[in-house]
Amino acid sequence: MRGSGGAACVPMSGEITATQAGVVSLHSSEDVVRLRQAVREQAVALKFSLIDQTKLVTAASELARNTVIYGKGGDAHICLLLNGSRRGLQLRFTDRGPGIADVEQAMRDGYSSGSGLGLGLGGAKRLSDAFDIDTGPSGTSVSIIKWKPF
Amino acid sequence: MERIPILRMGRLLLVTIQVDMHDQLAVALQDDLTNRIVKDRARGVLIDISALDVVDSFIGRMISNTAAMARVLDARTVVVGMQPAVAITLVELGLELPGVSTALNVERGMALLRDRDD
Repeated sequence: MRGSGGAACVPMSGEITATQAGVVSLHSSEDVVRLRQAVREQAVALKFSLIDQTKLVTAASELARNTVIYGKGGDAHICLLLNGSRRGLQLRFTDRGPGIADVEQAMRDGYSSGSGLGLGLGGAKRLSDAFDIDTGPSGTSVSIIKWKPF
Repeated sequence: MERIPILRMGRLLLVTIQVDMHDQLAVALQDDLTNRIVKDRARGVLIDISALDVVDSFIGRMISNTAAMARVLDARTVVVGMQPAVAITLVELGLELPGVSTALNVERGMALLRDRDD
């Protein structure tokens, strides 16, 4: 996991500060495993509950797989968020793939253009506190956030 | 590529997943299990996931596919040792495992499979 400054840790609102904790390149199924481990490490470091850790890692796994398979490879940026005294973890998955033509349809459970169960996007959203997707023919960016409860 | 070992105990097959599987390894396991059910004429498959702290939709699909293929081959699948955080996450993910029985541990899983056989 290379750590470097990056514009990918862009928070969703002005009051939140974001610092990049790492980047994982996603081009193979082994990279998906690597990403799961990196997310787990960060979630543990932030002292998320075991259940929240599991949700984060599971959501990350779904989105990372999408990046590799549908996005034809890309990156995952892991960002530490601070909103006042509240800490959070943001994961942003970016690729330069063909994009998702119908996001609403893709978000619906059971829909899959491949051989998956079609739970990737909708599932990741359900497991997260915030979900954001920006997609088009030149690429896709999906972001999820999990906040530590007070 | 390494493969996950499958043990035979009488007419039962036992798999203990102890690594964070990448997708190809999961697919290989599914294929290996199906082949072994036929080759060993197994009546039951026991998948021990007590070491897995993440089960996502791909692994979930591998498990339910395995169970479906086992059923076609007249064998029953039991998943044992699901961690609580994994169970909670699977429910929220909306992932169902149709045709898959669950048990707390290997002993109870084997009892479940043995009872069915009588």
